[in-house]
Amino acid sequence: MQPNTLSGPSGSPALGVGDLVHTMHPAEVPGALVKPGAEPILRATAIQKFFGLNHVLKGCSMTVYPGETITILGRSGSGKSTFLRCLNFLEEPSAGVVEIHDRRVISNPLAPRSKAVKEDIRNLRLRAGMVFQEFNLFPHLSVIRNLIEAPVHVKHMPVAEATELAESYLEKVGLIEKRNEFPARLSGGQRQRVAIARALTMQPDVLLFDEPTSALDPSLVGEVLKVMESLAHEGRTMIVVTHEMSFAKEAADRVYFMDEGEFVEVGPPEQVLADPHDERTRKFLSRFLNI
Amino acid sequence: MTMPAPQPAALGLEIQVSDKRRAIAWRLQFMLVWLLILAGLIAFVLFTIKLNGKFLVTVIPFILGGAGMTILVSFFSIAMAIILASLGALGRLSRNPIANGVASFYVSLVRGTPLLLQILFIYLALPQAGIVLPELMCGIIALGFNYGAYMTEIFRAGIQAVPHGQTEAAESLGMNGRTTFMRIIAPQAFRIVTPAIGNDFIAMLKDSSLVSTIGVQELLWKAQAAGRPTYQSMQTLIVAALVYWVMTIVFSYVQGRLEKGMASADRGKGSVQ
Ligand SMILES: Nc1ncnc2c1ncn2[C@@H]1O[C@H](COP(=O)(O)OP(=O)(O)OP(=O)(O)O)[C@@H](O)[C@H]1O
Ligand SMILES: [Mg+2]
Repeated sequence: MQPNTLSGPSGSPALGVGDLVHTMHPAEVPGALVKPGAEPILRATAIQKFFGLNHVLKGCSMTVYPGETITILGRSGSGKSTFLRCLNFLEEPSAGVVEIHDRRVISNPLAPRSKAVKEDIRNLRLRAGMVFQEFNLFPHLSVIRNLIEAPVHVKHMPVAEATELAESYLEKVGLIEKRNEFPARLSGGQRQRVAIARALTMQPDVLLFDEPTSALDPSLVGEVLKVMESLAHEGRTMIVVTHEMSFAKEAADRVYFMDEGEFVEVGPPEQVLADPHDERTRKFLSRFLNI
Repeated sequence: MTMPAPQPAALGLEIQVSDKRRAIAWRLQFMLVWLLILAGLIAFVLFTIKLNGKFLVTVIPFILGGAGMTILVSFFSIAMAIILASLGALGRLSRNPIANGVASFYVSLVRGTPLLLQILFIYLALPQAGIVLPELMCGIIALGFNYGAYMTEIFRAGIQAVPHGQTEAAESLGMNGRTTFMRIIAPQAFRIVTPAIGNDFIAMLKDSSLVSTIGVQELLWKAQAAGRPTYQSMQTLIVAALVYWVMTIVFSYVQGRLEKGMASADRGKGSVQ
Protein backbone atom coordinates (compact mmCIF):
# COMPACT_ATOMS: atom_id res chain seq x y z
CA MET A 1 0.00 0.00 0.00
CA GLN A 2 1.37 3.37 -0.95
CA PRO A 3 -0.61 5.96 0.92
CA ASN A 4 1.19 8.78 -0.85
CA THR A 5 0.19 7.85 -4.35
CA LEU A 6 -1.31 10.80 -6.14
CA SER A 7 -3.71 9.01 -8.42
CA GLY A 8 -6.92 7.26 -7.58
CA PRO A 9 -7.61 3.70 -8.66
CA SER A 10 -9.39 4.91 -11.78
CA GLY A 11 -6.11 6.38 -12.93
CA SER A 12 -7.41 9.93 -12.96
CA PRO A 13 -4.94 12.40 -11.50
CA ALA A 14 -5.94 13.19 -7.95
CA LEU A 15 -4.17 16.50 -8.08
CA GLY A 16 -5.25 19.00 -10.60
CA VAL A 17 -9.00 19.37 -10.70
CA GLY A 18 -8.80 21.93 -7.96
CA ASP A 19 -5.98 23.77 -9.69
CA LEU A 20 -7.31 23.78 -13.25
CA VAL A 21 -10.07 26.11 -12.28
CA HIS A 22 -7.55 28.72 -11.26
CA THR A 23 -6.17 29.36 -14.71
CA MET A 24 -7.96 32.66 -14.14
CA HIS A 25 -7.36 34.38 -10.81
CA PRO A 26 -10.61 34.34 -8.82
CA ALA A 27 -10.43 38.12 -8.48
CA GLU A 28 -10.91 38.44 -12.24
CA VAL A 29 -14.30 36.77 -12.18
CA PRO A 30 -16.97 39.45 -12.57
CA GLY A 31 -18.61 40.26 -9.24
CA ALA A 32 -16.02 38.32 -7.23
CA LEU A 33 -15.27 39.46 -3.70
CA VAL A 34 -11.69 38.26 -4.00
CA LYS A 35 -9.19 41.10 -4.10
CA PRO A 36 -6.85 41.28 -7.11
CA GLY A 37 -3.53 39.59 -6.47
CA ALA A 38 -4.79 37.94 -3.29
CA GLU A 39 -2.96 34.90 -1.99
CA PRO A 40 -4.93 31.75 -1.20
CA ILE A 41 -6.19 31.59 2.39
CA LEU A 42 -6.66 27.83 2.39
CA ARG A 43 -4.96 25.15 0.41
CA ALA A 44 -5.58 21.45 0.82
CA THR A 45 -3.27 19.28 -1.19
CA ALA A 46 -3.82 15.64 -2.10
CA ILE A 47 -5.88 14.77 0.94
CA GLN A 48 -6.40 11.05 1.33
CA LYS A 49 -8.33 9.23 3.99
CA PHE A 50 -8.61 5.57 4.83
CA PHE A 51 -11.15 4.24 7.29
CA GLY A 52 -9.58 0.88 7.89
CA LEU A 53 -9.01 -0.34 4.35
CA ASN A 54 -11.88 1.74 3.01
CA HIS A 55 -10.32 4.38 0.77
CA VAL A 56 -12.75 7.23 1.40
CA LEU A 57 -10.76 10.18 0.04
CA LYS A 58 -8.54 9.46 -2.91
CA GLY A 59 -6.49 12.61 -3.11
CA CYS A 60 -8.61 15.74 -2.93
CA SER A 61 -7.18 19.19 -3.45
CA MET A 62 -8.77 22.58 -3.01
CA THR A 63 -7.53 26.14 -3.13
CA VAL A 64 -9.62 28.89 -1.62
CA TYR A 65 -9.04 32.63 -1.83
CA PRO A 66 -10.13 35.13 0.81
CA GLY A 67 -13.76 36.10 0.34
CA GLU A 68 -14.72 33.05 -1.66
CA THR A 69 -17.67 30.83 -0.87
CA ILE A 70 -17.17 27.22 -1.89
CA THR A 71 -19.96 24.69 -1.98
CA ILE A 72 -19.26 20.97 -1.98
CA LEU A 73 -21.96 18.79 -3.49
CA GLY A 74 -22.13 15.05 -3.90
CA ARG A 75 -24.02 11.89 -3.12
CA SER A 76 -24.42 10.66 0.42
CA GLY A 77 -21.34 8.73 1.42
CA SER A 78 -19.14 10.27 -1.24
CA GLY A 79 -16.79 11.71 1.40
CA LYS A 80 -17.83 15.38 1.68
CA SER A 81 -17.96 15.45 5.49
CA THR A 82 -14.74 13.51 5.75
CA PHE A 83 -12.97 16.02 3.50
CA LEU A 84 -14.31 18.98 5.48
CA ARG A 85 -13.30 17.38 8.78
CA CYS A 86 -9.84 16.69 7.42
CA LEU A 87 -9.41 20.42 6.84
CA ASN A 88 -9.30 21.06 10.60
CA PHE A 89 -7.96 17.64 11.53
CA LEU A 90 -11.08 16.55 13.38
CA GLU A 91 -10.38 13.63 11.11
CA GLU A 92 -6.69 13.04 10.61
CA PRO A 93 -5.95 12.73 6.88
CA SER A 94 -4.07 9.56 5.97
CA ALA A 95 -1.95 11.70 3.67
CA GLY A 96 -1.89 15.26 2.48
CA VAL A 97 -1.20 18.83 3.50
CA VAL A 98 -3.54 21.46 4.86
CA GLU A 99 -2.56 25.12 4.87
CA ILE A 100 -4.74 27.84 6.28
CA HIS A 101 -3.43 31.38 6.33
CA ASP A 102 0.01 31.09 7.93
CA ARG A 103 -0.37 27.56 9.26
CA ARG A 104 0.62 24.41 7.47
CA VAL A 105 0.12 20.89 8.78
CA ILE A 106 1.37 17.81 6.99
CA SER A 107 -0.51 14.75 8.10
CA ASN A 108 1.51 11.87 9.45
CA PRO A 109 -0.76 9.22 10.92
CA LEU A 110 2.13 6.77 11.31
CA ALA A 111 3.80 8.74 14.11
CA PRO A 112 2.15 9.60 17.43
CA ARG A 113 1.28 13.28 17.63
CA SER A 114 4.04 15.23 19.30
CA LYS A 115 3.35 18.31 21.43
CA ALA A 116 4.50 20.53 18.57
CA VAL A 117 2.17 18.84 16.07
CA LYS A 118 -0.74 19.08 18.50
CA GLU A 119 -0.05 22.78 18.84
CA ASP A 120 0.11 23.16 15.04
CA ILE A 121 -3.24 21.42 14.69
CA ARG A 122 -4.76 23.59 17.41
CA ASN A 123 -3.54 26.71 15.64
CA LEU A 124 -4.95 25.42 12.37
CA ARG A 125 -8.31 25.00 14.08
CA LEU A 126 -8.18 28.55 15.38
CA ARG A 127 -8.13 29.67 11.77
CA ALA A 128 -11.07 27.49 10.73
CA GLY A 129 -14.40 27.85 12.49
CA MET A 130 -16.75 24.91 12.16
CA VAL A 131 -20.53 24.68 12.14
CA PHE A 132 -21.94 21.19 12.62
CA GLN A 133 -25.10 19.55 11.38
CA GLU A 134 -26.09 18.79 15.00
CA PHE A 135 -25.17 22.30 16.30
CA ASN A 136 -23.16 20.89 19.23
CA LEU A 137 -23.84 23.87 21.48
CA PHE A 138 -22.65 23.46 25.05
CA PRO A 139 -25.87 22.63 26.94
CA HIS A 140 -24.53 23.64 30.35
CA LEU A 141 -23.73 27.19 29.25
CA SER A 142 -26.01 30.06 28.35
CA VAL A 143 -25.91 31.43 24.81
CA ILE A 144 -23.52 34.25 25.66
CA ARG A 145 -21.24 31.90 27.61
CA ASN A 146 -21.26 29.48 24.68
CA LEU A 147 -19.89 32.31 22.58
CA ILE A 148 -17.25 33.67 24.93
CA GLU A 149 -16.00 30.34 26.31
CA ALA A 150 -13.31 29.83 23.67
CA PRO A 151 -12.23 33.47 23.21
CA VAL A 152 -11.74 33.77 26.98
CA HIS A 153 -10.19 30.39 27.70
CA VAL A 154 -8.31 29.79 24.47
CA LYS A 155 -7.36 33.25 23.26
CA HIS A 156 -7.28 34.68 26.80
CA MET A 157 -9.36 37.65 25.71
CA PRO A 158 -10.71 39.78 28.57
CA VAL A 159 -14.31 38.81 29.38
CA ALA A 160 -15.65 42.30 28.68
CA GLU A 161 -14.05 42.42 25.26
CA ALA A 162 -15.19 38.90 24.38
CA THR A 163 -18.72 39.70 25.54
CA GLU A 164 -18.86 42.79 23.40
CA LEU A 165 -17.64 40.85 20.38
CA ALA A 166 -20.06 38.00 21.07
CA GLU A 167 -22.96 40.42 21.35
CA SER A 168 -22.14 41.98 18.02
CA TYR A 169 -22.31 38.55 16.36
CA LEU A 170 -25.49 37.63 18.21
CA GLU A 171 -26.91 40.83 16.81
CA LYS A 172 -25.82 39.78 13.34
CA VAL A 173 -27.61 36.42 13.55
CA GLY A 174 -30.62 38.17 15.06
CA LEU A 175 -30.57 36.53 18.47
CA ILE A 176 -29.37 39.21 20.85
CA GLU A 177 -32.56 38.87 22.90
CA LYS A 178 -31.65 35.20 23.57
CA ARG A 179 -28.36 36.27 25.11
CA ASN A 180 -28.99 34.60 28.49
CA GLU A 181 -31.12 31.70 27.31
CA PHE A 182 -29.91 28.12 27.54
CA PRO A 183 -29.58 26.10 24.30
CA ALA A 184 -32.30 23.64 25.36
CA ARG A 185 -34.82 26.47 25.21
CA LEU A 186 -34.05 27.49 21.62
CA SER A 187 -35.52 26.19 18.38
CA GLY A 188 -33.28 24.24 16.00
CA GLY A 189 -32.89 27.22 13.71
CA GLN A 190 -31.97 29.47 16.61
CA ARG A 191 -29.46 26.93 17.89
CA GLN A 192 -27.76 26.75 14.54
CA ARG A 193 -27.60 30.55 14.33
CA VAL A 194 -26.01 30.60 17.81
CA ALA A 195 -23.54 27.98 16.60
CA ILE A 196 -22.66 30.22 13.66
CA ALA A 197 -22.21 33.19 16.00
CA ARG A 198 -20.03 31.03 18.25
CA ALA A 199 -17.76 30.16 15.33
CA LEU A 200 -17.63 33.82 14.25
CA THR A 201 -16.68 35.03 17.74
CA MET A 202 -13.35 33.24 17.35
CA GLN A 203 -12.77 35.40 14.24
CA PRO A 204 -11.53 32.57 12.05
CA ASP A 205 -10.13 33.02 8.55
CA VAL A 206 -12.40 30.35 7.10
CA LEU A 207 -15.80 29.03 8.12
CA LEU A 208 -16.55 25.35 7.53
CA PHE A 209 -20.18 24.22 7.39
CA ASP A 210 -21.16 20.54 7.36
CA GLU A 211 -24.77 20.31 6.21
CA PRO A 212 -25.83 23.04 8.62
CA THR A 213 -29.52 22.78 7.72
CA SER A 214 -29.93 19.02 7.41
CA ALA A 215 -31.03 18.47 11.02
CA LEU A 216 -33.60 21.26 10.83
CA ASP A 217 -37.33 21.24 10.40
CA PRO A 218 -37.92 22.46 6.81
CA SER A 219 -39.67 25.57 8.12
CA LEU A 220 -36.49 26.60 9.97
CA VAL A 221 -34.03 26.10 7.12
CA GLY A 222 -34.66 29.54 5.67
CA GLU A 223 -33.53 31.57 8.67
CA VAL A 224 -30.19 29.75 8.78
CA LEU A 225 -29.61 30.00 5.03
CA LYS A 226 -30.36 33.71 5.20
CA VAL A 227 -27.61 34.22 7.78
CA MET A 228 -25.20 32.15 5.72
CA GLU A 229 -26.00 34.05 2.55
CA SER A 230 -25.43 37.37 4.25
CA LEU A 231 -22.07 36.10 5.51
CA ALA A 232 -21.14 35.02 2.00
CA HIS A 233 -22.13 38.37 0.58
CA GLU A 234 -20.13 40.35 3.12
CA GLY A 235 -17.04 38.60 1.89
CA ARG A 236 -16.39 35.86 4.41
CA THR A 237 -14.47 32.84 3.28
CA MET A 238 -16.69 29.80 3.59
CA ILE A 239 -16.66 26.15 2.61
CA VAL A 240 -20.13 24.69 2.75
CA VAL A 241 -21.18 21.07 2.39
CA THR A 242 -24.88 21.18 1.64
CA HIS A 243 -27.76 19.68 -0.25
CA GLU A 244 -29.38 23.11 -0.58
CA MET A 245 -29.09 23.81 -4.29
CA SER A 246 -30.54 27.28 -3.80
CA PHE A 247 -27.62 28.21 -1.56
CA ALA A 248 -25.10 26.87 -4.06
CA LYS A 249 -26.81 28.86 -6.81
CA GLU A 250 -27.18 32.11 -4.87
CA ALA A 251 -24.06 32.32 -2.76
CA ALA A 252 -21.30 30.07 -4.06
CA ASP A 253 -18.39 31.35 -6.11
CA ARG A 254 -17.40 27.84 -6.98
CA VAL A 255 -19.01 24.44 -6.68
CA TYR A 256 -16.98 21.30 -6.11
CA PHE A 257 -18.72 18.09 -7.01
CA MET A 258 -17.47 15.01 -5.16
CA ASP A 259 -17.98 11.42 -6.17
CA GLU A 260 -16.47 8.37 -4.47
CA GLY A 261 -13.79 10.37 -2.72
CA GLU A 262 -12.72 12.53 -5.65
CA PHE A 263 -13.61 15.98 -6.88
CA VAL A 264 -14.81 15.15 -10.37
CA GLU A 265 -15.99 18.61 -11.37
CA VAL A 266 -15.23 22.13 -10.23
CA GLY A 267 -16.56 25.38 -11.53
CA PRO A 268 -18.83 28.36 -11.03
CA PRO A 269 -22.38 27.33 -10.03
CA GLU A 270 -23.86 28.61 -13.32
CA GLN A 271 -21.78 26.06 -15.16
CA VAL A 272 -21.68 23.08 -12.78
CA LEU A 273 -25.36 23.23 -11.92
CA ALA A 274 -26.73 24.18 -15.32
CA ASP A 275 -24.30 22.53 -17.70
CA PRO A 276 -22.25 19.84 -15.92
CA HIS A 277 -19.47 18.33 -17.99
CA ASP A 278 -19.15 15.18 -15.96
CA GLU A 279 -21.56 12.30 -16.34
CA ARG A 280 -21.68 11.66 -12.58
CA THR A 281 -22.49 15.29 -11.81
CA ARG A 282 -25.26 15.21 -14.39
CA LYS A 283 -26.74 12.07 -12.87
CA PHE A 284 -26.66 13.56 -9.37
CA LEU A 285 -28.24 16.84 -10.42
CA SER A 286 -30.98 15.19 -12.43
CA ARG A 287 -32.47 13.89 -9.20
CA PHE A 288 -32.81 17.41 -7.90
CA LEU A 289 -34.49 18.60 -11.06
CA ASN A 290 -37.06 15.86 -10.74
CA ILE A 291 -38.20 17.02 -7.30
CA MET B 1 -71.03 16.89 16.82
CA THR B 2 -73.88 18.60 18.55
CA MET B 3 -72.67 18.60 22.11
CA PRO B 4 -73.74 21.49 24.27
CA ALA B 5 -70.81 23.80 24.92
CA PRO B 6 -70.35 23.43 28.71
CA GLN B 7 -70.38 19.62 28.56
CA PRO B 8 -66.65 19.02 27.81
CA ALA B 9 -65.55 21.31 30.61
CA ALA B 10 -67.82 19.52 33.06
CA LEU B 11 -66.50 16.15 31.89
CA GLY B 12 -62.92 17.36 32.35
CA LEU B 13 -63.69 18.44 35.88
CA GLU B 14 -65.37 15.15 36.67
CA ILE B 15 -62.36 13.16 35.46
CA GLN B 16 -60.05 15.41 37.44
CA VAL B 17 -62.01 14.89 40.66
CA SER B 18 -62.19 11.15 40.17
CA ASP B 19 -58.44 10.95 39.40
CA LYS B 20 -57.67 12.88 42.54
CA ARG B 21 -59.92 10.66 44.64
CA ARG B 22 -58.20 7.56 43.31
CA ALA B 23 -54.76 9.05 44.05
CA ILE B 24 -55.75 9.76 47.64
CA ALA B 25 -57.09 6.25 48.08
CA TRP B 26 -53.83 4.86 46.73
CA ARG B 27 -51.73 6.89 49.16
CA LEU B 28 -53.89 5.88 52.11
CA GLN B 29 -53.49 2.18 51.31
CA PHE B 30 -49.78 2.66 50.78
CA MET B 31 -49.32 4.31 54.18
CA LEU B 32 -51.51 1.70 55.83
CA VAL B 33 -49.19 -1.04 54.56
CA TRP B 34 -46.22 0.75 56.08
CA LEU B 35 -48.01 1.23 59.38
CA LEU B 36 -49.12 -2.41 59.57
CA ILE B 37 -45.67 -3.82 58.87
CA LEU B 38 -44.13 -1.39 61.33
CA ALA B 39 -46.69 -2.26 64.00
CA GLY B 40 -46.03 -5.95 63.42
CA LEU B 41 -42.32 -5.44 63.80
CA ILE B 42 -42.74 -3.43 66.98
CA ALA B 43 -45.06 -6.05 68.41
CA PHE B 44 -42.55 -8.78 67.54
CA VAL B 45 -39.76 -6.85 69.24
CA LEU B 46 -41.83 -6.14 72.34
CA PHE B 47 -42.84 -9.79 72.69
CA THR B 48 -39.49 -11.41 72.03
CA ILE B 49 -37.12 -8.91 73.59
CA LYS B 50 -37.76 -7.50 76.96
CA LEU B 51 -37.14 -3.81 76.49
CA ASN B 52 -35.50 -2.28 79.49
CA GLY B 53 -36.73 1.31 79.57
CA LYS B 54 -34.33 2.59 82.17
CA PHE B 55 -31.37 1.00 80.40
CA LEU B 56 -32.39 2.46 77.05
CA VAL B 57 -32.78 5.97 78.40
CA THR B 58 -29.22 5.96 79.72
CA VAL B 59 -27.76 4.28 76.67
CA ILE B 60 -29.47 6.12 73.80
CA PRO B 61 -27.50 9.39 74.13
CA PHE B 62 -24.29 7.35 74.15
CA ILE B 63 -25.26 5.52 70.95
CA LEU B 64 -26.46 8.70 69.26
CA GLY B 65 -23.02 10.13 69.88
CA GLY B 66 -21.73 7.59 67.34
CA ALA B 67 -23.99 8.92 64.60
CA GLY B 68 -21.82 12.03 64.33
CA MET B 69 -18.76 9.86 63.81
CA THR B 70 -20.62 7.78 61.19
CA ILE B 71 -21.48 10.92 59.22
CA LEU B 72 -17.94 12.24 59.59
CA VAL B 73 -16.37 8.99 58.38
CA SER B 74 -18.83 8.79 55.47
CA PHE B 75 -18.23 12.38 54.48
CA PHE B 76 -14.46 12.20 54.36
CA SER B 77 -14.48 8.75 52.74
CA ILE B 78 -16.79 9.93 49.98
CA ALA B 79 -14.63 13.01 49.45
CA MET B 80 -11.57 10.81 49.09
CA ALA B 81 -13.47 8.42 46.82
CA ILE B 82 -14.51 11.29 44.54
CA ILE B 83 -10.90 12.40 44.17
CA LEU B 84 -9.65 8.87 43.52
CA ALA B 85 -12.50 8.17 41.12
CA SER B 86 -11.78 11.34 39.13
CA LEU B 87 -8.18 10.28 38.71
CA GLY B 88 -9.21 6.67 38.11
CA ALA B 89 -11.70 7.61 35.41
CA LEU B 90 -9.13 9.81 33.66
CA GLY B 91 -6.72 6.90 33.81
CA ARG B 92 -9.24 4.43 32.44
CA LEU B 93 -9.99 6.77 29.54
CA SER B 94 -6.38 7.69 28.94
CA ARG B 95 -4.52 6.58 25.85
CA ASN B 96 -1.40 6.41 27.98
CA PRO B 97 -0.79 2.71 28.69
CA ILE B 98 0.79 3.45 32.07
CA ALA B 99 -2.07 5.59 33.38
CA ASN B 100 -4.64 3.17 31.98
CA GLY B 101 -2.81 0.17 33.41
CA VAL B 102 -2.51 1.64 36.88
CA ALA B 103 -6.17 2.67 36.96
CA SER B 104 -7.55 -0.61 35.70
CA PHE B 105 -5.35 -2.57 38.12
CA TYR B 106 -6.68 -0.46 41.00
CA VAL B 107 -10.29 -1.04 39.97
CA SER B 108 -9.79 -4.75 39.44
CA LEU B 109 -7.99 -5.36 42.73
CA VAL B 110 -10.37 -3.34 44.87
CA ARG B 111 -13.51 -4.71 43.27
CA GLY B 112 -12.16 -8.22 43.49
CA THR B 113 -11.64 -8.28 47.27
CA PRO B 114 -14.04 -7.82 50.21
CA LEU B 115 -14.32 -4.40 51.80
CA LEU B 116 -13.93 -5.82 55.31
CA LEU B 117 -10.69 -7.49 54.27
CA GLN B 118 -9.42 -4.21 52.82
CA ILE B 119 -10.18 -2.39 56.06
CA LEU B 120 -8.36 -4.97 58.15
CA PHE B 121 -5.50 -5.07 55.70
CA ILE B 122 -4.89 -1.33 55.76
CA TYR B 123 -5.21 -1.29 59.54
CA LEU B 124 -2.70 -4.10 59.97
CA ALA B 125 -0.42 -3.55 56.98
CA LEU B 126 0.37 0.13 57.26
CA PRO B 127 2.08 -0.21 60.68
CA GLN B 128 4.27 -2.96 59.17
CA ALA B 129 5.46 -0.41 56.65
CA GLY B 130 6.25 1.93 59.48
CA ILE B 131 3.19 4.10 59.00
CA VAL B 132 1.14 4.28 62.18
CA LEU B 133 -2.13 6.08 61.72
CA PRO B 134 -5.08 6.44 64.06
CA GLU B 135 -7.92 3.96 63.42
CA LEU B 136 -10.11 6.74 62.11
CA MET B 137 -7.63 7.59 59.36
CA CYS B 138 -7.22 3.93 58.44
CA GLY B 139 -10.98 3.54 58.22
CA ILE B 140 -11.41 6.58 56.01
CA ILE B 141 -8.57 5.53 53.74
CA ALA B 142 -9.95 2.01 53.33
CA LEU B 143 -13.50 3.16 52.64
CA GLY B 144 -12.38 5.93 50.31
CA PHE B 145 -10.09 3.55 48.46
CA ASN B 146 -12.87 1.01 48.06
CA TYR B 147 -15.61 3.38 46.98
CA GLY B 148 -13.14 5.19 44.71
CA ALA B 149 -12.81 2.05 42.62
CA TYR B 150 -16.55 1.61 42.18
CA MET B 151 -17.00 5.28 41.48
CA THR B 152 -14.20 5.16 38.89
CA GLU B 153 -16.46 3.09 36.69
CA ILE B 154 -19.40 5.41 37.34
CA PHE B 155 -17.35 8.49 36.48
CA ARG B 156 -15.98 6.83 33.40
CA ALA B 157 -19.48 6.03 32.19
CA GLY B 158 -20.52 9.60 33.00
CA ILE B 159 -17.71 11.06 30.93
CA GLN B 160 -18.47 8.70 28.07
CA ALA B 161 -22.13 9.68 28.21
CA VAL B 162 -21.28 13.22 27.11
CA PRO B 163 -21.87 13.20 23.34
CA HIS B 164 -18.75 13.12 21.19
CA GLY B 165 -19.98 16.18 19.33
CA GLN B 166 -19.18 18.23 22.44
CA THR B 167 -15.50 17.29 22.21
CA GLU B 168 -15.49 18.01 18.48
CA ALA B 169 -17.10 21.41 18.98
CA ALA B 170 -14.61 22.31 21.70
CA GLU B 171 -11.63 21.15 19.67
CA SER B 172 -12.83 22.93 16.56
CA LEU B 173 -12.81 26.11 18.67
CA GLY B 174 -9.14 25.54 19.38
CA MET B 175 -9.43 24.16 22.90
CA ASN B 176 -6.70 21.75 23.91
CA GLY B 177 -7.45 18.45 25.61
CA ARG B 178 -7.21 19.89 29.10
CA THR B 179 -9.48 22.89 28.49
CA THR B 180 -11.96 20.71 26.64
CA PHE B 181 -12.16 18.33 29.57
CA MET B 182 -12.23 20.87 32.36
CA ARG B 183 -14.63 23.36 30.82
CA ILE B 184 -16.86 21.31 28.53
CA ILE B 185 -16.83 17.60 29.36
CA ALA B 186 -16.35 17.52 33.15
CA PRO B 187 -19.22 19.91 34.02
CA GLN B 188 -21.63 17.86 31.91
CA ALA B 189 -20.32 14.56 33.23
CA PHE B 190 -20.63 15.86 36.79
CA ARG B 191 -24.32 16.54 36.30
CA ILE B 192 -24.73 13.01 35.01
CA VAL B 193 -23.02 11.37 38.00
CA THR B 194 -24.39 13.48 40.88
CA PRO B 195 -27.30 11.09 41.57
CA ALA B 196 -24.83 8.21 41.74
CA ILE B 197 -22.62 10.14 44.18
CA GLY B 198 -25.69 10.70 46.36
CA ASN B 199 -26.56 7.01 46.27
CA ASP B 200 -23.00 6.09 47.17
CA PHE B 201 -23.01 8.48 50.09
CA ILE B 202 -26.11 6.79 51.47
CA ALA B 203 -24.56 3.36 50.95
CA MET B 204 -21.43 4.64 52.66
CA LEU B 205 -23.42 5.64 55.75
CA LYS B 206 -24.12 1.96 56.25
CA ASP B 207 -20.84 0.45 55.01
CA SER B 208 -18.96 2.75 57.37
CA SER B 209 -20.20 0.45 60.15
CA LEU B 210 -17.48 -1.97 59.05
CA VAL B 211 -14.79 0.27 60.52
CA SER B 212 -16.17 -0.57 63.96
CA THR B 213 -14.07 -3.73 63.59
CA ILE B 214 -10.88 -1.71 63.85
CA GLY B 215 -12.17 0.30 66.77
CA VAL B 216 -13.52 3.46 65.19
CA GLN B 217 -16.15 4.59 67.63
CA GLU B 218 -19.02 5.13 65.25
CA LEU B 219 -22.66 4.21 65.56
CA LEU B 220 -22.38 0.42 65.44
CA TRP B 221 -19.31 0.35 67.68
CA LYS B 222 -21.12 2.39 70.31
CA ALA B 223 -24.22 0.21 70.08
CA GLN B 224 -22.17 -2.90 70.64
CA ALA B 225 -20.12 -1.32 73.39
CA ALA B 226 -23.26 -0.20 75.20
CA GLY B 227 -24.97 -3.57 75.01
CA ARG B 228 -22.14 -6.02 75.54
CA PRO B 229 -21.40 -5.58 79.30
CA THR B 230 -24.95 -6.45 80.34
CA TYR B 231 -25.80 -8.75 77.47
CA GLN B 232 -28.39 -6.33 76.15
CA SER B 233 -26.95 -5.98 72.63
CA MET B 234 -30.27 -6.82 71.01
CA GLN B 235 -31.77 -3.61 72.33
CA THR B 236 -28.84 -1.39 71.47
CA LEU B 237 -28.60 -2.88 67.97
CA ILE B 238 -32.24 -2.05 67.41
CA VAL B 239 -31.53 1.52 68.44
CA ALA B 240 -28.59 1.66 66.01
CA ALA B 241 -30.68 0.19 63.20
CA LEU B 242 -33.32 2.86 63.75
CA VAL B 243 -30.71 5.61 63.68
CA TYR B 244 -29.19 4.27 60.42
CA TRP B 245 -32.61 4.03 58.91
CA VAL B 246 -33.61 7.55 59.87
CA MET B 247 -30.30 8.90 58.57
CA THR B 248 -30.76 7.28 55.17
CA ILE B 249 -34.31 8.59 54.93
CA VAL B 250 -33.15 12.10 55.77
CA PHE B 251 -30.23 12.03 53.34
CA SER B 252 -32.36 10.54 50.56
CA TYR B 253 -34.76 13.41 51.02
CA VAL B 254 -31.95 15.95 50.98
CA GLN B 255 -30.51 14.29 47.87
CA GLY B 256 -33.86 14.48 46.09
CA ARG B 257 -34.15 18.18 46.89
CA LEU B 258 -30.60 18.89 45.73
CA GLU B 259 -31.13 17.10 42.44
CA LYS B 260 -34.36 18.93 41.81
CA GLY B 261 -32.66 22.21 42.59
CA MET B 262 -29.79 21.44 40.26
CA ALA B 263 -32.08 20.46 37.41
CA SER B 264 -34.01 23.71 37.59
CA ALA B 265 -30.94 25.89 38.11
CA ASP B 266 -29.49 24.28 35.01
CA ARG B 267 -31.78 24.72 32.08
CA GLY B 268 -34.95 26.06 33.58
CA LYS B 269 -34.34 29.68 34.40
CA GLY B 270 -32.22 30.64 31.46
CA SER B 271 -33.40 34.22 31.14
CA VAL B 272 -32.47 35.28 34.66
CA GLN B 273 -29.23 37.12 35.17
N1 LIG C 1 -15.64 7.40 11.48
C1 LIG C 1 -15.78 6.60 10.40
N2 LIG C 1 -15.38 5.33 10.45
C2 LIG C 1 -15.50 4.51 9.37
N3 LIG C 1 -16.02 4.89 8.19
C3 LIG C 1 -16.45 6.16 8.08
C4 LIG C 1 -16.35 7.08 9.18
N4 LIG C 1 -16.86 8.28 8.78
C5 LIG C 1 -17.24 8.10 7.50
N5 LIG C 1 -17.00 6.85 7.07
C6 LIG C 1 -17.26 6.32 5.71
O1 LIG C 1 -16.67 7.20 4.80
C7 LIG C 1 -17.50 7.38 3.67
C8 LIG C 1 -17.73 8.86 3.45
O2 LIG C 1 -18.50 9.38 4.52
P1 LIG C 1 -18.87 10.92 4.65
O3 LIG C 1 -19.56 11.07 5.94
O4 LIG C 1 -17.67 11.73 4.41
O5 LIG C 1 -19.89 11.09 3.44
P2 LIG C 1 -20.76 12.37 3.07
O6 LIG C 1 -20.46 12.67 1.67
O7 LIG C 1 -20.56 13.43 4.08
O8 LIG C 1 -22.23 11.79 3.17
P3 LIG C 1 -23.57 12.50 3.69
O9 LIG C 1 -24.08 13.34 2.56
O10 LIG C 1 -24.47 11.35 3.97
O11 LIG C 1 -23.24 13.28 4.90
C9 LIG C 1 -18.76 6.59 3.92
O12 LIG C 1 -18.67 5.40 3.21
C10 LIG C 1 -18.73 6.32 5.39
O13 LIG C 1 -19.30 5.07 5.66
MG1 LIG D 1 -21.81 14.30 5.63
